[in-house]
Amino acid sequence: MTAATPTASPATAPDQPGALQAALRSRGLRKILVLAVAAAVLVPLAHAKWSSGTWPSDLTVDLTGPLGRTSDWIIDNRDSHPLFVYFLGHLSNAVVISVRAVYQLLLLLGWTGVTAGVTLVAWRVAGVRIAATALLSFAVSGVLDMWLPTMQTLALMIVAVVASVVVGALLGLAGGLSERLFKILRPVLDTMQVLPAFAYLLPVVLVFGIGVPAALLATVVYAAPPMARLTALGLRGADPGVLEAVSSLGATGRQRLLTARLPLARKELLLGLNQTIMMALSMAVIASMIGAAGLGDRVYQALASVDVGAALAAAVPIVLLAIVMDRTTAAAGERMGADPVARGPKLLRGWRAWAGIAVLTALVTAAGRLAGSTVWPSGWTVAIARPVNDFKEWMVDHLYSGVPVVGGTADWAAHFTSWVLDPLRDGLTALPWWGALLIVAALSWLIGTWRTALTATLAMAAIGVLGVWKPSMNTLSQVLAALAVTLVLGFAVGILAAGSKRLEAILRPVLDVMQTMPQFVYLIPVVALFAVGRAPAAAAAVVYALPAVIRITTQGLRQVDPAAMESARSLGATRWQTLRQVQLPLARPALLLAVNQGVVLVLAVVIIGGLVGGGALGYDVVTGLATGDLALGLVAGVAIVCLGLMLDRVTQPTQRRTTGKGA
Amino acid sequence: MSRTRIRVLGAAGLAGATLLALSGCGKADMTKQGSPFQAQGGAKSVTLSTQTWVGAQANVAVAKYLLEHELDYHVDTVQVDEIPAWDALSQGRVDAILEDWGHPDQEQRYVKDKKTITAGGGNGVTGHIGWWVPKYWADKHPDVTDWKNLNKYADQLRTSESGSKGQLMDGSPSYVTNDKALVKNLKLDFEVVFAGSEAAQITQIQQFAKQKKPFLTYWYEPQWLFNQVPMVEVKLPEYTDACAEKGAKDPSSIDCAYPTTPLQKFFNTEFAKGGSEAAAFLKNFKWTKENQNEVSEMIASDGLSADEAGKRWVEKHPDIWKKWLPEK
Repeated sequence: MTAATPTASPATAPDQPGALQAALRSRGLRKILVLAVAAAVLVPLAHAKWSSGTWPSDLTVDLTGPLGRTSDWIIDNRDSHPLFVYFLGHLSNAVVISVRAVYQLLLLLGWTGVTAGVTLVAWRVAGVRIAATALLSFAVSGVLDMWLPTMQTLALMIVAVVASVVVGALLGLAGGLSERLFKILRPVLDTMQVLPAFAYLLPVVLVFGIGVPAALLATVVYAAPPMARLTALGLRGADPGVLEAVSSLGATGRQRLLTARLPLARKELLLGLNQTIMMALSMAVIASMIGAAGLGDRVYQALASVDVGAALAAAVPIVLLAIVMDRTTAAAGERMGADPVARGPKLLRGWRAWAGIAVLTALVTAAGRLAGSTVWPSGWTVAIARPVNDFKEWMVDHLYSGVPVVGGTADWAAHFTSWVLDPLRDGLTALPWWGALLIVAALSWLIGTWRTALTATLAMAAIGVLGVWKPSMNTLSQVLAALAVTLVLGFAVGILAAGSKRLEAILRPVLDVMQTMPQFVYLIPVVALFAVGRAPAAAAAVVYALPAVIRITTQGLRQVDPAAMESARSLGATRWQTLRQVQLPLARPALLLAVNQGVVLVLAVVIIGGLVGGGALGYDVVTGLATGDLALGLVAGVAIVCLGLMLDRVTQPTQRRTTGKGA
Repeated sequence: MSRTRIRVLGAAGLAGATLLALSGCGKADMTKQGSPFQAQGGAKSVTLSTQTWVGAQANVAVAKYLLEHELDYHVDTVQVDEIPAWDALSQGRVDAILEDWGHPDQEQRYVKDKKTITAGGGNGVTGHIGWWVPKYWADKHPDVTDWKNLNKYADQLRTSESGSKGQLMDGSPSYVTNDKALVKNLKLDFEVVFAGSEAAQITQIQQFAKQKKPFLTYWYEPQWLFNQVPMVEVKLPEYTDACAEKGAKDPSSIDCAYPTTPLQKFFNTEFAKGGSEAAAFLKNFKWTKENQNEVSEMIASDGLSADEAGKRWVEKHPDIWKKWLPEK
């Protein structure tokens, strides 16, 4: 388990005194001892009963029958059963009607009106620079001849984000106000986020059929959790002093919620909105696999004809939309706390500004309609597909093999496969199942409580029970290998960026693009460079997970108390010593978060890896979707959730419950 | 606190009841839902399903161009995998599939039992699945084109993914394949490696060809890639009805080649019976492998958009498509 090493050491909070550390260490020893005794008793028993090294078949449950029957039942009853006719059908209609309404509005505004409106709103809430970005972004999507798909995606996104925010805020409200609901909610939200979207595309399609309603609902499932989490966090984190004061003024519960708790939580609420938007956009392409139309569909269709240039032309507007929306909501969040004077001239504030925006947009719309077409003029476009494809060819020709000294990408991929992936996979598959359970139990118990250990072990056991032990071990080996590469690169770049403002500024747009570029776009170049197999899947995962790790590392290192660094320096420590002995230990929580995010993101791409020869669980999920096999796809999806849960518990020390029942 | 909770729960309950009341006021037919991006009311519109392989895109490109320019329809295309496409067809989300490679289970369920889908006859192209090796390699080793000699060459076909065995590359999981059973039953020293998507498989084949490396791949005709990378088919044990019957009962027992499949069109029943010009046109749509490849190659190899490729073909071959147009 190479990748787990950065966190495998026993949990010791850096600010605790030495005596407690020693106690913790010995507690860790005690835990190991208990496990060893349990193993000594249980392993011979297990071995005697099921002597095989892989998961015993007696202990599996085959879900093929029931899941197959479920999917048959849905297909047979979809057109007649009251559940569909009176409830889901209306839900589906409501989605179609709202998306259509928004789309018609966008078409009515025309390219002039939409561009002007978005630019003005961005100016109002986020400032001139972001307004310029917005203006440029919409112009670019027009120039790339992607205006109509962009409007389709925008319409879908607006409705999806509104729905996600409503659902997320309601869940978050419930979780923020009630301790019990919060406890129930947490695992649900965990599952919603870890469950690969691919796995629930199929059930959603079965119920709603392909098309916009299914795509929208899948997006909401994926995008609502951050809103729910941050709403709950904001409400729970409200300053008790303020609440006390409000109560003493005789406010009722609802007044307290509306006048104190929600306003106090507005920063978290806005951050939730921001995250929801980003998640929803990242679903735009995946949802196109079930007929969501728009930009994602263009990317997906281009992929089918192996046309990277065309895919990029459709992906660029997605990236730009994401950047504009991200910057606008983030800036709005920052401005919220600032005093009114800092928000610019009076003319740009309050209702007057909004009215001004409306009037100006209407004027520009009218001007656009008078001048001619409401869609982007077809003469003002630039075809980038050909040059992009030529560039890709050139790159592949020069990097694939025979590069002096370092070797070509194909050689790297082959070495990575045979030196890292193969041994790791063979090792994990050869590991007896009870051995794997023991390792998971030990690791998670050492850094957490017996509860987290139990969750992790049960998640691992569930994989065996579902009968997908072998492919899961294969997937796990890919995740661990990709995670190791991601962490090494991510920490290295993060440390460099933390030391240099300029590097960070250069990196920012690059990371933005890496984070928001749909993975489908780089699948083809990745295959061309690394050949079909597990290596390109790992490469795609690294590209996707790297930005988050770099960002969190940089931020964590930056936030280390300058006084501590200063004192270290004044004691004559070199830069390296300061980094190693002061900065890194103090930034430990951030680094652990980076590991955790790395796990989640790498796992998310493992599925996509199924499309380039990654095999294992990812391939099963893709196959399930492609062949309508609910059992295959869903079981593999659940196994991925279990892997995610297990890895999360093994990499995240629990600060939630450090006293009491532990050990 | 507790009072707040009661209020919140009450509000949630109220909201739920409202939704129920709203949705309870009438039936909602799940099969009658169009796309929000469809053309404005009044316009005649057709939705076609396109699959990920380029041949299917070529059919749709030409049909779309003619429907739009000769019959004044608005055409939506939806890209979905084959089985979900059948489901969409039965629900009326899609009006027609123009190229199906044979899905007996789906045919039984939707065409024979539920009658929500109607068979539309062949599209004129015959499909064939098989194993192929590149011509540059087969020229050097002519005996590689018989499965009996494949084990001799397993060494040369090793990759880091196939380990100690030779690599037989398969494509998208949605394609009909018996390759795992074939490798086992024919006792071949090969490992089936799934590229996971046709795009990945094509990219890999092109890469191998550039390097003049040997490879063995699951592939099919008609396919434009043959024009770029000439390939020779490997002879598998002959396809017989007895073998097919055995395979239908137990797919893991198959030990013969793939059949040749006349590719079929399927329509949503309501669409087919609706008597529209579009339905009549799509029923008449029938061309040849050469026609299809001409369009496919424009799309996949020359980098034209499907619309543009469809247009160019239509402009060049009026003699062929004039026959498809319904009589006025």
